[in-house]
Amino acid sequence: MIKNIAELTAIRDAYAGKINFRKHDAGAEVSDGNIKKHVLICGGTGCTSSKSVQIKAKMEEAIKEAGIQDEVQVVLTGCFGLCALGPIVIVYPEGTFYSRIEIKDAETIVKEHLVGGTPVKSLLYSETVKGDEILSLNETAFYKKQKRVALRNCGVIDPECINEYIGTNGYLALAKVVTEMTPDDVINTILESGIRGRGGGGFPTGRKWMFAAAQPKGQKYVVCNGDEGDPGAFMDRSILEGDPHALIEAMAIAGYAIGANQGYVYVRAEYPIAVNRLQAAIDAARKEGLLGKNIFGTDFEFDMQIRLGAGAFVCGEETALLTSIEGNRGEPRPRPPFPAVKGLFGKPTIINNVETYANIPQIILKGADWFKSMGTEKSKGTKVFALGGKITNTGLVEIPMGTTLREVVEEIGGGIPNGKKFKAAQTGGPSGGCIPASKYDVEIDYDNLIAQGSMMGSGGLIVMDEDTCMVDLAKFFLEFTVDESCGKCAPCRIGTVRLLEILTKITEGNGEMEDLDKLEELANYIKSASLCGLGQTAPNPVLSTLANFRDEYIAHIVDKKCPAGVCKNLFTYKIDLDKCMGCGLCAKQCPAEAISRTDYVAEGHKLASMQIDASKCVKCGACLPSCKKFNAIYKG
Amino acid sequence: MKKKMTTVAFNGTAEQLAQLDELIAKHKGEKGALMPILQGAQGIYGYLPIEVQKHIALSMDVPLSEVYGVATFYSQFILNPKGEYAVSVCLGTACYVKGAGLLMDKLESLLGIKNGEISDDRKFSLDATRCIGACGLAPVLTVNEEVYGRLTPDMIKGILDKYN
Repeated sequence: MIKNIAELTAIRDAYAGKINFRKHDAGAEVSDGNIKKHVLICGGTGCTSSKSVQIKAKMEEAIKEAGIQDEVQVVLTGCFGLCALGPIVIVYPEGTFYSRIEIKDAETIVKEHLVGGTPVKSLLYSETVKGDEILSLNETAFYKKQKRVALRNCGVIDPECINEYIGTNGYLALAKVVTEMTPDDVINTILESGIRGRGGGGFPTGRKWMFAAAQPKGQKYVVCNGDEGDPGAFMDRSILEGDPHALIEAMAIAGYAIGANQGYVYVRAEYPIAVNRLQAAIDAARKEGLLGKNIFGTDFEFDMQIRLGAGAFVCGEETALLTSIEGNRGEPRPRPPFPAVKGLFGKPTIINNVETYANIPQIILKGADWFKSMGTEKSKGTKVFALGGKITNTGLVEIPMGTTLREVVEEIGGGIPNGKKFKAAQTGGPSGGCIPASKYDVEIDYDNLIAQGSMMGSGGLIVMDEDTCMVDLAKFFLEFTVDESCGKCAPCRIGTVRLLEILTKITEGNGEMEDLDKLEELANYIKSASLCGLGQTAPNPVLSTLANFRDEYIAHIVDKKCPAGVCKNLFTYKIDLDKCMGCGLCAKQCPAEAISRTDYVAEGHKLASMQIDASKCVKCGACLPSCKKFNAIYKG
Repeated sequence: MKKKMTTVAFNGTAEQLAQLDELIAKHKGEKGALMPILQGAQGIYGYLPIEVQKHIALSMDVPLSEVYGVATFYSQFILNPKGEYAVSVCLGTACYVKGAGLLMDKLESLLGIKNGEISDDRKFSLDATRCIGACGLAPVLTVNEEVYGRLTPDMIKGILDKYN
């Protein structure tokens, strides 16, 4: 039990050395008693999927065999961010960065690096090897430009060890709040910092808290929205997996500010690792008296529970989420009354996103001015993005607001693989839009993205290259919203289906020019008439691709061609007879027996060229990779 | 998502029923308990047959329409049994852009069942799933708990062979 600040700071001081040991500033003097090396292994969902837990077990076994178990600490952490290179293993104090490790590599690392003292060069992330010199992870392009606030502990601490969190000044903000600040002080600090909701809408967090605090005393609730439904977004999951105590601390602070004693975290059931770690963290916080009654010896009490979502995208909408916690179909309800007035079980409720909460303890400890110093005029602080799609460094990044899209994609993200060109970036998931190459230098913040017809959303950032068909992409998102529309209001339920029908018609080559006007008209009706955020934003992918890639729609309609070669009805596979060497590999791959030999022998070739019978071809594309060497098969 | 009612006969055991009753008793009087109970019931039976929904409705004293309404609203709740090996292809954006659709085509042709169906011998079932968050490994599929990432269609046969 931690009864007061002195007991908390005693734990912090005991563990601070351990945390500093993992601060990989080159040349910094660090020590952790007898322990000479820390081995950090990523235990996020991505790396766990590629067996990081088994790698840890193997590593511990090898360390024991080598007899150095008293000198090495092995830690399973949250996500390091660079998921493309997983599973990742980092060795401190050097900050050596091993990527794509397999179980069999564990022994080699123990023998050569931990015992022998020489990093295993062949297993290192190639960007960290510069001749004889080995860089630490902080010196790589991926990490250098990032500014980690919400993710500060992810990949640094053991999320299941409450003392390690305390070692990073954890729970100190809660202690300060309940012993030194009034609820109004807390709300003013949050207001002053200018932080806006990280879940997508960008509503000022402090104002939400102020409204809820202004309600008459009585039962109130603090809710965390962890129903991260945007496909391709996983920032909330990573925070829950990597730093669950930050969320608990922040929710308790929010409870103190508005006068609530109960919190609910609504998490997707699809995130089992996140749910388990959060539950373990809640149990640990209760055991230490950081949740429950008389927190830090005051009469403030706060406790919390996890509620699992069950796979409904609309539950990311705040009123739908509250309905779902109440045990009903997750349908939204009209606002006003806003949740701050009438929320969960009819009581005043604040609801914030995981990433928003993760910023709160830092704002309390370092002050509003510190937070305000980062970002743009109207968007303060940092934002976490999940980079995905056609980008080299898929993973999680945190950047100050105002960083340009080009910097994120080209520098941090390492650019587009395979020498392809950047075509567009999609932000905001099914509610957002596309930013085309002509707007590559846009500074990312809430208002700039809305001005581009997109939105921040929760932070998914999917990169597309020239092989992506924008009409097909709009159709993909519409299929998603049609599936996920809860059906309560007609504009969304019926309107999105009609939009999808028109898009399908266009991708099948049956579109007419007047369809484009119909799309726009209908899209605007849906936007203005739908009940909740899902319907109001569902047409955005259509509108933004229409605005930025109208020529692609026209190519589908007028020329009956899909320029990216995606829409199956609008292209055929062909073989360039003069390039074809006649090896016949493609015919072996073809599942439809559509490829046969011609009589034509190209100049200088020995065998007759192959051809594709368009009437038999199912356009599966299986032949393409077989011709990598000669590149004779193309889409036309 | 549209949900088909199963045609497979219900064969719950007394032991499962006892577990279910224990679960309902644990949540008695709790606000908003229906979702956790349905989640628990699905854990016990593997799916939510109408017989189980009826039992929950009677025990909790709520209309069956409400139970059924919640069960059909959320995509996680399934009304059909899964195969011994449940194959799920992630069709989230990151996977889709990287060719997850082709994986689905290949699975459908190799297994001889469509998305959302179960094979006659109940060995395999095939589903599309929402983003599972392993976007760094895109495109991915899962077989029960096992995750396979960075896939191309020609790798599918090798994966299925492991379970045959």
